[in-house]
Amino acid sequence: MLQFYLNDQLIRTDQPAGSTLLDFVRYNQHLKGTKIGCREGDCGACTVLVGELPAGEAVVRYQSMTSCLTPLGNAHGKHVVTVEGINAARGTLTPVQQAIVQENGSQCGFCTVGFVMSLTGHALSARPSTPTSVLASMDGNICRCTGYKSLERAAAHLHEQLTARPATEAVGWLADQQFVPAYFAAMPARLQALRDAATAATTGGSEATIPTAAPVAKPLDAPAAARARILGGGTDLLVQQPEHVRAIPVELVFDQTQLRGIRRDGDVIRLGAATTAQQLLESEVMLAVVPALPRFLKLVSSTPIRQMGTVAGNFINASPIGDLTIMFLALGAEIELEDAAGQRRALPLADLYLGYKQLAKTADEQVTEIRFPAPAAASDHFNFEKVSKRTHLDIASVNTAAWLRLEDGVVRAARLSAGGVGPVPMLLPRAAAALVGQPLSTETLRRAQEVAQQEISPIGDVRGTAHYKRLLLHQLLEAHFVELGLLTD
Amino acid sequence: MNHLDPIRHVRGESQYLDDVPEQHGTLYAAVVESPLAHGRLLAVDASAALLRPGVVRVILAADIPGTNQIGGIVPDEPLLAEGHVHFRGQPVALVLAESEHAAHAALAHVRVDVDPLPVLTDPRVAAAQGELLVPPRTFRIGDSAAAWAGCAHVFEGVAESGGQEHLYIETQGAYAFPTEMGGVRIISSTQGPTAVQRHTAHVLGLGMHQVEVDVTRLGGGFGGKEDQATPWGALAALGAFLTRRPVKLVLDRMADMRMTGKRHPYSSDFKIGLDADLKIVAYEATFYQNGGAAADLSPAVLERTLFHSTNTYFIPNVTATAYSCRTNLPPNTAFRGFGGPQGMFVIESALACAAEQLGVATTEIQRRNLLREGDLFPYRQPAELCHAEQAWDTAAQRFDLPARRREVDAFNQAHRWQKQGLAVMPICFGISFTKTAMNQARALVHIYTDGTVGVSTGAVEMGQGVNTKIAQVAARTLGIGLHRIKVESTNTTRVANTSPSAASATADLNGKATELACRALRERILRLASTELSLDYEGLHIENEQVLAAGKPADSTWEKLVSAAYWQRVSLSENAHYATPDLHFDATTNQGYPFAYHVYGTALTTVTVDCRRGTYTVDAVQIAHDFGQSINPQVDLGQIEGGTVQGIGWMTLEELVYNDEGRLLSNSLNAYKIPDLYSVPPVLDVHFLDTPGHPRAVLRSKAVGEPPLMYGIGTYFALRDAVRAFNPDSTISFSAPMTPEKVLVNLYPEFVGAGKAAAVARG
Repeated sequence: MLQFYLNDQLIRTDQPAGSTLLDFVRYNQHLKGTKIGCREGDCGACTVLVGELPAGEAVVRYQSMTSCLTPLGNAHGKHVVTVEGINAARGTLTPVQQAIVQENGSQCGFCTVGFVMSLTGHALSARPSTPTSVLASMDGNICRCTGYKSLERAAAHLHEQLTARPATEAVGWLADQQFVPAYFAAMPARLQALRDAATAATTGGSEATIPTAAPVAKPLDAPAAARARILGGGTDLLVQQPEHVRAIPVELVFDQTQLRGIRRDGDVIRLGAATTAQQLLESEVMLAVVPALPRFLKLVSSTPIRQMGTVAGNFINASPIGDLTIMFLALGAEIELEDAAGQRRALPLADLYLGYKQLAKTADEQVTEIRFPAPAAASDHFNFEKVSKRTHLDIASVNTAAWLRLEDGVVRAARLSAGGVGPVPMLLPRAAAALVGQPLSTETLRRAQEVAQQEISPIGDVRGTAHYKRLLLHQLLEAHFVELGLLTD
Repeated sequence: MNHLDPIRHVRGESQYLDDVPEQHGTLYAAVVESPLAHGRLLAVDASAALLRPGVVRVILAADIPGTNQIGGIVPDEPLLAEGHVHFRGQPVALVLAESEHAAHAALAHVRVDVDPLPVLTDPRVAAAQGELLVPPRTFRIGDSAAAWAGCAHVFEGVAESGGQEHLYIETQGAYAFPTEMGGVRIISSTQGPTAVQRHTAHVLGLGMHQVEVDVTRLGGGFGGKEDQATPWGALAALGAFLTRRPVKLVLDRMADMRMTGKRHPYSSDFKIGLDADLKIVAYEATFYQNGGAAADLSPAVLERTLFHSTNTYFIPNVTATAYSCRTNLPPNTAFRGFGGPQGMFVIESALACAAEQLGVATTEIQRRNLLREGDLFPYRQPAELCHAEQAWDTAAQRFDLPARRREVDAFNQAHRWQKQGLAVMPICFGISFTKTAMNQARALVHIYTDGTVGVSTGAVEMGQGVNTKIAQVAARTLGIGLHRIKVESTNTTRVANTSPSAASATADLNGKATELACRALRERILRLASTELSLDYEGLHIENEQVLAAGKPADSTWEKLVSAAYWQRVSLSENAHYATPDLHFDATTNQGYPFAYHVYGTALTTVTVDCRRGTYTVDAVQIAHDFGQSINPQVDLGQIEGGTVQGIGWMTLEELVYNDEGRLLSNSLNAYKIPDLYSVPPVLDVHFLDTPGHPRAVLRSKAVGEPPLMYGIGTYFALRDAVRAFNPDSTISFSAPMTPEKVLVNLYPEFVGAGKAAAVARG
């Protein structure tokens, strides 16, 4: 039985954990404010807020998510908020709604609720509002009518109002300002009570910490585990095979605390497999070793999808153009796999990919950890490049990452990765080798570019012709050198 | 004044098709599609599907009680395939089941056997094979063939523009209910309720009076629900008619993208001749329109391409010919601009071609040839109340065109790996349905005894704010507050024989009809006041709900008068008819006076290209636009901003891709990209030109829906300008959209890829 709050109502449901939160909200609960635009996380019309009470904390952390790709099971123990859950009394509007109305930021209205929820999520965010962050909060919302300028103006108004938001007790202030109804103040206690009840039920009241794990995560026997689909954020599986995922038992890993967290362990950075892209972005550990990470991750999906998609999910999806995969390949990552019997083994990420969507792992093996050697600040350089038809929230035509270790102007070690130029996300070992031992020069780059052309085998598809992808990789390898300041114009 | 609907939109309370509370016993429909783009349909076997749990019925063409035909202009489109299939995604059968899941799960169990036939996707190939949807049309003025000899410069070329997915966020759908009279009532997400009604009646073998269509609002249309909402309405109705149960049909996004037509791709030839002073002497253009598998609205779209083939320029000798080519793609259809943008792209390409080869700025040629008062369009209508030069000069002055040019040039001098580009896009767009008969509308206005007012028209609200404008017209004409007005759903039983909400003309036609109805009511009520209060009728007015006699408050108000009218048995309802005056057009000579008026404007566009990556940003679009006397500047501003961005999308990242088998590859939102928040220009200035408006525009407030889309064309030419700043020898073809791919390969035409020395010598 899944239990969670939907707006101010406690929900207890036997609906499948792999069904979508969107269908539950619209067709089970008949809350029709949340709209269906694409069912693939690309339009944001179905955006809702999902609030989680971190263990031992007193403030619910709300994130915008596209409910079309949110497995219902991932709502367990949380506070799901739809527009019906923030609407004030009839005839009044929240400041977010007021700003959109005032600026005519809504025309046909079908996408509008998604924008309202994204901006409300921004208002509830723990971080201070900035002119950039208020816009970023709606970067997962598509509008076909307005051209966004009116929504930009509405967001600017909102940012002005949010400058007055106190750093603590923000929910009280937000309720006073009518951004959210008063019941939000009671949600931490309600979620805690939900958690306590679950703890009492499973442990007989012992003090063991129970993660907000979904109830279907109970141990499965080995054959069952092999059959079960391991479901992370849902951002790939619920696009590709929603009907199937809905019909089978799923093992939810999104909320397993042992699979979360990013830490530095000597010279190794360790990530739980269920780490989301957003958690990467907010990690001090990651920012210390890859300072440009926010710039790179802005090119990766959208705010809601970054809050849902996991790093391991990106690896296992095995898309030849997985952005995170390409980054971690160049970072020299390896993954730890665990089978149903608890046997563990380590595998270099590059060795995971055997062919198009073919993985060097058994069906019951699950990624538990991702680790990579911490780049050395003094000598190591890292860059990520991606070009897609649309710069943001799009799938790359070609993406590539470069890690270079330099000493005295000479390349001592190098890893180059590339996506969209072969059946798998790949390293370019020969191109990298062409750099090693060479001084930084245009000639060195040219040689690596030539070698890279021999290593790749792009095909033409909707993201570009083979010729274009070759040219693009050629250019992006050069871009690495320029971005790293290794080559002057 | 704000758009009235968003107050409900932001609370999620506006009801769209899929939000209508479901009736008990509703069946859910899913459409079986043709798996191939062309072939003989040998068999459809639904036996396995019928064994699936929850499946109630599978409907085939043979089950249609009336005529299996939904072609609007040409009867060439069956509702369900019969004998042949003509495009991938063509509806072949309809599965009805107890749940949406069951209906969709059954689709794979319907076997469709097709014997393949050759597939055509290229309009020029289709034309060469004589595959035309309708006979070609030629618009002619002067004698272009004779004029070439007198030209100082003559240039020829090819220009191509791609299709465009509408991407209304609400997908197509309909919900049909059997009625006790043996007919159907359909809630439809359509821009053309009457089209749904008429075709459904034919399909069911009923009179139109037995088919009621109701539309509350659309979650976006953009032309995509003008004729192409009809199949889904008719299919749902067919299901309801045959099963006597309510049937709901909502397309999922990918089915919608596969099965519905889009903006027409065009491939065109142009030839342009100029005299020594850069005045255009002659222009010839041949348009090959990719119509898809059935005529749909293609003939009308084709006609509008010809109407706008010279954009906002005066050219004395023009020959423009257009072929509507039958291919094995979904029937292409209306999309904001309706063929106009495609025609304008070609003339702008011709001007850029001439300018580049002559080594002059394109703006030099553009400015010299703008329309002036009284100039004739190729279809012989004169430009009246012409604002072409005013729009250009205002934009150039207000946004300082010479300074913009200097800045771009200076930037390009200073930057090696980034280049900026600048283009000016003037527009002229004719307002009216070019099929003259369609320029009529009716409004039914009821005043209730408490003084509140209900207005029904043929206008469909789809975000454009037409209901807000109609409410404003009613309130202003009656002299009462807006809060008293309710604009009702669009319903074929209240307002019959409507034209679709299209051609930018919806507010004009339905607003004028509303104005007429309200004037009649006002007159009736004031005549009563004149009698009751013994006042001279001539001096009577209502303002702010107060009756004024010779400008002074009289002893009566709106509410009192309305009540009195009821008790005096004076009708408080009025049905008014409006037909745009003066219009005529002869489709045999292609001459006449087809447009009520024209809308003018000019946009400056600045872009920056990253010359290493081929990526780019649109930095600024600065527009001077002819709104006339805007009745609602906020709503109109939204139309300009939204239309411009849609046009930018068409010209940049929106790339429809079909393979040679006629399969749509850009078949989802992850493969077909429309502008997002970050792809719109940081600067999008809109200046309201000081223009008087036109008496044939509602309250002199000019139509605003389609014209701004064409400002987006400037982005293509600005990008071209930037590419040429990096690579002056570029032989870049006139081909839109200008994707990052096209930019990059044109920056590095010498790149050969693997095996040879990478020849990026510029680096």
